[in-house]
Amino acid sequence: MTAPKRTPLYQEHLAANARMVDFAGWEMPINYGSQLKEHEQVRTDAGMFDVSHMTVVDITGSDAKAWLQKLIANDVAKLGFEGKALYSGMLNQDGGVVDDLIVYLTATGYRMVINAGTTEKDLAWMDSQLAGFDVELAVRRDLAMLAVQGPNAIAKVCQVKPDWADSITSLKIFQGKPFGGWFVARTGYTGEDGLEIMIPADEAAAFFRELTAVGVLPCGLGARDTLRLEAGMNLYGHDMDDGVSPLEAGMGWTIAWEPAERRFNGRDALEAQKAAGVVMKQVGLVLEGRGVLREGLTVQVEGVGEGIITSGTFSPTLKHSIAIARVPVATGDTAVVDLRGTPTPVRVVKMPFVRNGKKVFD
Amino acid sequence: MSNIPAELKYVESHEWLRLESDGTVTVGITHHAQELLGDIVFVEFPKVGTDLAANEQAGVVESVKAASDVYAPIAGKVVAVNDGLEAAPDLANTDSYGEGWFFRLAPANAADLDGLMDAEQYAKEIA
Repeated sequence: MTAPKRTPLYQEHLAANARMVDFAGWEMPINYGSQLKEHEQVRTDAGMFDVSHMTVVDITGSDAKAWLQKLIANDVAKLGFEGKALYSGMLNQDGGVVDDLIVYLTATGYRMVINAGTTEKDLAWMDSQLAGFDVELAVRRDLAMLAVQGPNAIAKVCQVKPDWADSITSLKIFQGKPFGGWFVARTGYTGEDGLEIMIPADEAAAFFRELTAVGVLPCGLGARDTLRLEAGMNLYGHDMDDGVSPLEAGMGWTIAWEPAERRFNGRDALEAQKAAGVVMKQVGLVLEGRGVLREGLTVQVEGVGEGIITSGTFSPTLKHSIAIARVPVATGDTAVVDLRGTPTPVRVVKMPFVRNGKKVFD
Repeated sequence: MSNIPAELKYVESHEWLRLESDGTVTVGITHHAQELLGDIVFVEFPKVGTDLAANEQAGVVESVKAASDVYAPIAGKVVAVNDGLEAAPDLANTDSYGEGWFFRLAPANAADLDGLMDAEQYAKEIA
């Protein structure tokens, strides 16, 4: 057994009484007491998540753009200025999702952020795609990353970094900016406003303490999961993976079909799938009564067929259960889930469930 | 550190039992159990009047993370359930041996309590 990996903020988590768990080989905080309280704090004020286990890859070389246009399904040609961010799937030749990621245009090329649990697989896949391209990949293990999220998140970061405040408050959504060795982006995984901040590893602990001092609450992976689920955002390995098409995982909007001559990995397979007819779609499920919808449960759609819950939880904001499911395309607005032996009707809705602290589905 | 009151009895499935002065037995889940479950969001009880066998499923406790069965640690008739816990399930997290109790049994045989773990044995069990 290999020793668990620790982020530069490990000691800070212990000092804040975190409950630590193994996550993809990393020793990470699941909560600091109450996941519900942390969730609430992000919806109403400001919380912070150590996401240093995720991997930052800098991409340089004269073919960086052309390579990314083949590697990922969204088109980096949309990145019109430095610091602009793009969300995309990285697909295999069968059209399955190798990973989902964010890529930024930088002064020297591109910067990509990939998932922790998929890092080795992703890097091997990316290496296998390099032949014929003048591209260099640099994995930035020297950076920590902190997501500061919530309606007051940006103001609190500005309080700690007053010299950067004007630049930070002028960032538009899905836009970032370097500050020396730091990189601050207005992105996130909670459905709230906020920042994701890359920090030189040896400066991360001090920043974490400064944010704590202005009232930013440390939040664990538990709250991160309920927040992203309320926001209707996919979690890799649950809502999609190598064997799932982005067209059946709510990622159709991330595929840039134009220009038609851009033959990104998986394009042929997705075009064939579209021509044959896409069979499944991603939806949200809502259970307003008692019980909690859980990942892996079967979804029965009368007269249509069946699907599966890919993520489910109790929604702390809505006070009832919600889930992300993959169901037949003909599914209407109701379905049935077997909850511990009880066939339970659920509503089928369009996600997200919550944005900026408020319920948004009908 | 888990909180394990000395005056209670315990079973392997992480319920605690307290013999009340009227001969009934109050049952809840232990501090250790609520730690494992995390934030509790729903509870389900047996119906008052139900006769339960020892180790029979007596309810459900559901947290953000997982659902888990609650068992009758000894045989008996359900004489009360904690409506307050149904309304505020987090009491099982914040006051697992007090306001967070689940149900009360009239034991089929009061001597059944004698064979159960005491606090010291339960502490070893979860160590």
